[in-house]
Amino acid sequence: MLNPAPGSSLTTSSPRRRALSANTLGWIWVSPWLVGFVVFLAVPTAMSLYYSLCDYPLLEPPIFIGLSNYRRMFDDPIFWIVLKNTAIYASTSIPLGTAAALIIAALLNNKVRGVGFFRAAVFLPTVVPLAASAMIWLWILNGDLGLLNAILNPILKPFGLHGPAWIGFRGTGDKAWAMPALVLMSLWGVGQSVVIYLAALQDVPESLHEAASIDGVGPIRRFYHITLPLISPVILFNVIVAIIGSSQVFGAPYIMTQGGPDRATYFYSMYMFDKAFTYGQMGYASAMAWVQLVIVLVLTALTFIVSRKLVFYRSA
Amino acid sequence: MTVATTRHSRLRQALLYAALVAIGIAYALPLIWMASTSIKPEAQTVERTIHFLPTPPEQTFSIAADNYTRVWRDPTVNFPLYLRNTLIIAALSVAGMVLSSAIVAFALARLQWRGRGTVFAIILATMMIPFPVLMVPLYLVFRELGWIGTLKPLWVPAFFGGAFNIFLLRQFFMSIPRELDEAARIDGCSTWGIFWRIILPLSKPALGVVALFHFIFVWNDFLAPLVFLSDRDQFTLALGLQLYQSQAGNTPWNLLMAASTLVILPVLIVFLFAQKAFVQGIATQGIKE
Repeated sequence: MLNPAPGSSLTTSSPRRRALSANTLGWIWVSPWLVGFVVFLAVPTAMSLYYSLCDYPLLEPPIFIGLSNYRRMFDDPIFWIVLKNTAIYASTSIPLGTAAALIIAALLNNKVRGVGFFRAAVFLPTVVPLAASAMIWLWILNGDLGLLNAILNPILKPFGLHGPAWIGFRGTGDKAWAMPALVLMSLWGVGQSVVIYLAALQDVPESLHEAASIDGVGPIRRFYHITLPLISPVILFNVIVAIIGSSQVFGAPYIMTQGGPDRATYFYSMYMFDKAFTYGQMGYASAMAWVQLVIVLVLTALTFIVSRKLVFYRSA
Repeated sequence: MTVATTRHSRLRQALLYAALVAIGIAYALPLIWMASTSIKPEAQTVERTIHFLPTPPEQTFSIAADNYTRVWRDPTVNFPLYLRNTLIIAALSVAGMVLSSAIVAFALARLQWRGRGTVFAIILATMMIPFPVLMVPLYLVFRELGWIGTLKPLWVPAFFGGAFNIFLLRQFFMSIPRELDEAARIDGCSTWGIFWRIILPLSKPALGVVALFHFIFVWNDFLAPLVFLSDRDQFTLALGLQLYQSQAGNTPWNLLMAASTLVILPVLIVFLFAQKAFVQGIATQGIKE
């Protein structure tokens, strides 16, 4: 190891000048990010906040109108519909997705032959482009010809039942079943959380399980009392990512149902998109974006507060 | 006693296998069904019985060739052009993202300067801002810049780095021994030289993960192209697929599934080759420190 003695040629320049140039150098190196941050993030965020206080039809200059957009939102029945739909989607897809991901990860955490194949099968759907998976599910969920009903109908027939119309072309289909269909489809995409849970499960010390099983504790109780507390910080992380993600749900319903039938699958981001780019109401859309951000931040904060009693940190 | 335990564990093993097979089928079936539908003649897609191959099975290849050719040569939806657009965006965007994120991550991991901690904290915080909040004002910024109607909104921003990728690379750079920098500096290496000739070559796996993630992100992105691309000639494959479905209205299912297969195939190939790196990259997300 080379350790230059003080006063050697490497440290001849005065400490102050060196510090200054090191600071300048640092800022030069992060300048790509800095420019991008200002142009594509800070300025748009400030603009968005200002426009949310404006009447801004896309082709005319914005006119300041104060909080009118926010007030209008309260009286807008469609705003409440999309808020309710998004809340229903989030509050069903997040618990179901978390449970499914945990169970699948626990099953995949066993050393059995061919487990690599099953892991790949679960993970593969998460790299499939949304536009394509929307097509695939539109086909599978088709009431008349879809694969799902082809599988369900023989099972339901003895009970005098048959599979619902799920989702049809252009927002046709069964009003009551369109939302469950989208939640079902969302379960197909839990592979990303499964991988994160799997990594967390592999971190759980084997010795704890061995000690408990010597004491006669069965696998299900071990999972509940040992594994679950130890991976709870990772569950918290995944739930927060899911809250942020499901509040923005857009692509699948946009392509598959266009919000129908009868606005049963019309979600927050879709309405915002329509307000901005179909009706050209940039001000109203910006206000909606800020309400969405505040809701997500509040939900995230609440999740953190509630989780304090539930999440177990090993090092703390 | 021992007989009972082995029987018990064998039963457990069998149940575990049954559960894994059921899950494997449930997750693989949609993609298998897509591929299967894409190689059937139209009349056989509307049969209510489940078959995976067309009848007669000997004609599988010729039917498939016919379906895929019809999609590829569709007179109204120009898939070859959309493939070209998507490849241009992906190539530029991935190159820009990897290079710029690495430069910024290097400053955060390797250079000593005041403001470093603050910048890192801001970068982490920006990961929280959802795209829909920025969608409207970004559209207006791009309109102001004259980029609406070009592909630029989809690749130029990548040249300014991405928060998550900067974070990922910074963590990786931190794990490279600092002695290497010092030794190189004593040998007269510049800061850029240390970055280019020492850190980058040692970080190929991490750079690969960033390139992979970003490629898949760009390939799959739907909302940004939908918002920023106005001209049909500039569409990406994701938008083209949606156009193919919506404009004809009653596009035959076999052709729709063939088109979907074409859009999926490149990511599928990339995934199969790089599955391990990909899975490791995602697994680190849950362990942020």
